[in-house]
Amino acid sequence: MKTNECEVSAQANASEARVKGASPAVANKPIVKIENVGQTFSTKSGKFTALRDINLDVSVGEVVTLIGHSGCGKSTLLNLIAGLSLPTSGLLLCDGREIAGPGPERSVVFQNHSLLPWMTCFENVMLGVERVFGRKEGVPKLKARVAAALDMVHMDHAMHKYPHEISGGMKQRVGIARAFAMEPKLLLMDEPFGALDALTRAALQDELNGVMAKTGATVVMVTHDVDEAVLLSDRIVMMTNGPAATIGEIVEVKLERPRDRLELAQDTRFADYRAAVFEFLYRKQLKRAA
Amino acid sequence: MSALALKLVEAPAKVEPVPVKTAAAATELPVTVERSEQTSTPPAREGQGEGGPRNEHFRDLAKVLIPPLFGMLLLIGIWALVAIKSGNIPGPDKTWDAALKLFADPFYRNGPNDQGIGWNVLSSLQRVGIGFGFAALVGIPMGFLLGRFAFMNRMFEPIISLLRPVSPLAWLPIGLLVFQKADPAATWTIFICSIWPMILNTAQGVQRVPQDYLNVARVLGLSEAKVITKILFPAVLPYMLTGIRLSIGTAWLVIVAAEMLTGGVGIGFWVWDEWNNLKVEHIVIAIFVIGMVGLALETMLLMIAKRFTYESR
Repeated sequence: MKTNECEVSAQANASEARVKGASPAVANKPIVKIENVGQTFSTKSGKFTALRDINLDVSVGEVVTLIGHSGCGKSTLLNLIAGLSLPTSGLLLCDGREIAGPGPERSVVFQNHSLLPWMTCFENVMLGVERVFGRKEGVPKLKARVAAALDMVHMDHAMHKYPHEISGGMKQRVGIARAFAMEPKLLLMDEPFGALDALTRAALQDELNGVMAKTGATVVMVTHDVDEAVLLSDRIVMMTNGPAATIGEIVEVKLERPRDRLELAQDTRFADYRAAVFEFLYRKQLKRAA
Repeated sequence: MSALALKLVEAPAKVEPVPVKTAAAATELPVTVERSEQTSTPPAREGQGEGGPRNEHFRDLAKVLIPPLFGMLLLIGIWALVAIKSGNIPGPDKTWDAALKLFADPFYRNGPNDQGIGWNVLSSLQRVGIGFGFAALVGIPMGFLLGRFAFMNRMFEPIISLLRPVSPLAWLPIGLLVFQKADPAATWTIFICSIWPMILNTAQGVQRVPQDYLNVARVLGLSEAKVITKILFPAVLPYMLTGIRLSIGTAWLVIVAAEMLTGGVGIGFWVWDEWNNLKVEHIVIAIFVIGMVGLALETMLLMIAKRFTYESR
């Protein structure tokens, strides 16, 4: 069932001749610029430097994952891009403008889905859609947008259910639909599949790959799953251990899209990329007995 | 087919002496018998099927009903025993007779100091309603302010801590002084005792709105009005309802005492009046009535709270 859907979307992409396949070469225009960013928190026991000297550009249509051991500040960096917190030094730009706070052009998929429990799936997605398109479009068109977004993640059957009536994987699908429905310039994901079991996670990764291909979205994603990083991203940003974490190495994943999980399992290049990330995480940045 | 069956049924009677034919009939006969059984069995089985769950239903009902029934019997038993031993406390039988007479006409009016028990209960409820309504009007916005702004919280915390443990009846003289009338003074005590749980629970609810929901609001860029109606209010509502339930519970406790002191029409005053008339059985009835009204209020609010509790995650 799952694989069929993927094949269908894969064919659609091939016929559309997606920009995605050639993203690093074609789309060189950076949408996000991060310049010398540092983040220091003042705690009871003095100042704590979480991040230092972060420099990173994200191009339009690119999928970048941030990976590192826990406590390396990858979520802190994502929050900075989201505008949920502001850096203590350096500058973050989105589309040429400084990031001074959160905004709907940078939507976030949270780890724990964060659907509002008193609203149906439909109403949850509508909340964002209304905010972004409410002024320009009539109610029927807004409703069509919500329906299309839920349809895209195959949740159209549970549109009018409440979050507590559906499974964890389904909730995260709705969370993804909410983020995509706002048609953001940049999609931020904070360990979106971290709370899910391995099988559901795989299904959602495939789903996400399909959706990203269909929409050509620019994505920055935090993960701690090496396979997920290689499978989904164009670039893997590997971070050194905190405190005062920074970007250690960047791996460019030159696997052509659409990517098929089963084919890649046989692909030596996939294994090489995987090995490169593991090498960094477990040889160069091994965390001593946490 | 049915014609054949009929023939076969008739067959054995006619051709009894021929053994071969009876044998043939015997092999066929059971078929007709089975058939008749088949047509008759389904309703019989359905009947049994209904009997099964119905029995289970009765058993469940019995499980729910029997223990409380025993409890009530125990209470009445002890009450009867105490009544017999003491002599001046009316027993269940005497009280029952008095109750029948009392509830035959609960809404009569013979002047301001002699009204049916129905009027007394209603006017007590009215006082609770008004006092509680004002408390909600002041307490809920206060709670929101205290929950939202740490400064306000720290500013009001000592005041609330100081005043909350005070019996609301201590405020009654102040009420009498300010309002110069008994009725608003009683309402005033209700206001005072209802407001604390309302402020504290609402404030706690506001403080406990999950950061995730507020982050969603920030990322979606919702307007302040949308944040309040779509996120803050629904998230705080269960806490608010807990506050309301606690308030009403206390208010119903306090109103009886307050009315004993202020007089007028009301269940508390009625209890005191019947004590002066030495109609002790009426006091016992009043105790049951007060209990039942309190129980009804509590149950009603629990049902409302259940409706607005969201299973999150």
